Amino acid sequence: MKPNIQVAATVDAANPWATHAVRIRAIEQEVSDVASYELEFEDSAVAERFHFVPGQFNMLYLPGIGESAISISSDPDVPQRLLHTVRAVGSVTRALARKQIGDQLLLRGPFGSAWPVDLFRGQDIVIAAGGLGLAPVRPVIHYIMNRRGEFGKVWLLYGARSPDDLLYTSQYDCWRETDIETHITVDLGDNQWKGNIGVVPSLFERLQLDASLTRVLTCGPEIMMRFVIAECLAQKIDPKHIFVSMERNMNCALGFCGHCQLGPAFVCKDGPVFTYEQMEPYLNVEDF
Amino acid sequence: MQGLIDALKEDGYRVIGPQVADGAVVYDELESLEQLPLGVIDEQDGGVYRLARRQDAGYFDHVVGPHSLKRYLFPPQETLQQLQLKDGGWRVEPQQFDEPPLAVIGPRSCDLHAMAIQDRVFLEGPYVDPGYRARREGLFVVSVQCRRAAATCFCHSMKTGPRADHGFDLALSELDDCFAIEVGSERGGRILAAVDGWKPGAPTIVDRANDQSSQLERSMEQRSTTEAAPGAPKLRQLDTQDLRDLLLNNLDHPRWEQVADRCLACANCTMVCPTCFCSSVSEVSDLTNEHVRRERTWTSCFTAEHSFLTSGVVRNSTAARYRQWLTHKLSTWIDQFDSSGCVGCGRCITWCPVGIDLTEEVAAIRETTK
Repeated sequence: MKPNIQVAATVDAANPWATHAVRIRAIEQEVSDVASYELEFEDSAVAERFHFVPGQFNMLYLPGIGESAISISSDPDVPQRLLHTVRAVGSVTRALARKQIGDQLLLRGPFGSAWPVDLFRGQDIVIAAGGLGLAPVRPVIHYIMNRRGEFGKVWLLYGARSPDDLLYTSQYDCWRETDIETHITVDLGDNQWKGNIGVVPSLFERLQLDASLTRVLTCGPEIMMRFVIAECLAQKIDPKHIFVSMERNMNCALGFCGHCQLGPAFVCKDGPVFTYEQMEPYLNVEDF
Repeated sequence: MQGLIDALKEDGYRVIGPQVADGAVVYDELESLEQLPLGVIDEQDGGVYRLARRQDAGYFDHVVGPHSLKRYLFPPQETLQQLQLKDGGWRVEPQQFDEPPLAVIGPRSCDLHAMAIQDRVFLEGPYVDPGYRARREGLFVVSVQCRRAAATCFCHSMKTGPRADHGFDLALSELDDCFAIEVGSERGGRILAAVDGWKPGAPTIVDRANDQSSQLERSMEQRSTTEAAPGAPKLRQLDTQDLRDLLLNNLDHPRWEQVADRCLACANCTMVCPTCFCSSVSEVSDLTNEHVRRERTWTSCFTAEHSFLTSGVVRNSTAARYRQWLTHKLSTWIDQFDSSGCVGCGRCITWCPVGIDLTEEVAAIRETTK
């Protein structure tokens, strides 16, 4: 469980607590308690150096309140337009929700492992996301769209609790136009809802998958990912070809604080993206 | 000995050494030889730590107390950053590491191994903790070769002692009439040369020191074949054969629930453990919220906060938390850092208020494993 960890150009390995100042350039309210924040580095030299790979996260810091690990949800090919989609749920994220355009935050990052999409060329890809779990996989969607011809079939299976909880609804058409077969589902519909009702794993039965060619990326509540994995295994997809993004209490992002351990892994530096093969011994152990 | 303390002070070190306080041998600022716990030994067992006087005991015949080098390299509370709000922007004040370097007299072989283990966490991964590095680079270690083991010691099982063979600047062996000093580094040699009254001794002194260590090692090795005297505490040892897999293959063993019935989840074991490194960072701000300090404090996997997620706490029970602690310490630590997280110092056994003994827990799982 010790991958060769690449330290990002904007992280000083000898002083990884150092932060960069960023300003909020734009805020988009996605759903009731979720907003996307576009951040801009104050120092243009830092902006110049900043790059990330799909799946990575930043530590967003509000002095006096605290730091929170937030995945990057924008296009990795356009690192200057840096977006984080955040649900206001903890002390830091609620304080962030009170910030306005032009306000300053501090940032460390990027940290963590990647969805290894560059290894998926020529292969079919299934992206299965639930709720806010669409945010950490959106960089993958961008990555694929930017070089669509290099991949085989691509499916996006996305679900949320209700139609009002669906993220990035304005982009689904655009994804479909770039030949990403997008299936949307909700747990509970409303009067206007004419789409699917049901959980994300149930969408698998519609797909004609070639098991040897398929790579699966899943991100969302752990219970959803467990059932997505069960669907994949039923379709004979290799555990090495199923990728999961795990969530644990990431405090430092450096492997120092110990909070995010999941068996042998530090989710912050060895993850958050793992293969199911790596996680298989631990994923079904209660309270581990 | 006083000459050594003086030479270290003369060289700019703040000298720390063992001394008796509140009924325990702890580390504190050392000015003179008189402060050392001459004639004191510690009797240790599960949940038991008592000091006793013994006529023939020397300066260092106590073993390990609640303190370890950890508190000096990775202090219980530390300011990581200070920030000042100026003209609508936060200015981060540069971190200062200008405290005088420390010289610590007294760490044992197990403690040196524990320090090497923490080095892997804070220095040898992809990221380096700058505070730890500054303190570690300045640290001068005067190690002590044990000539006595507590019943709770099991360094022989963990291959971390009892004899220290590297990782020190100087190593002392206390003999009945003198100290034998081994030089472990260039600066160790330099300090020793500056010690008033030190002179090279006869080669027989070295032999006596080595004999003393080997004798202790042999007596610890014999624990597997000898019973403790009636009424005396059990002499600990740990069978490390396939230990990593033993625990990871038994994540659903009923023993976790049984130990949780006794465990108070008080976190004492993690505080006294010389390798446990979990911490939290909290924000300390003044009333205007314009000056903020980021403070790192030790924390423990025995708390609910440790595995907190907004969707809920991951490890909800004491059983899950004890399992996390023990499997990390003895199993997954090996995956993470290529070594066990346990050095066999026995502190977690001694300082557990209910006397939970990890060697016993492992043995119980081993005996009843599928």
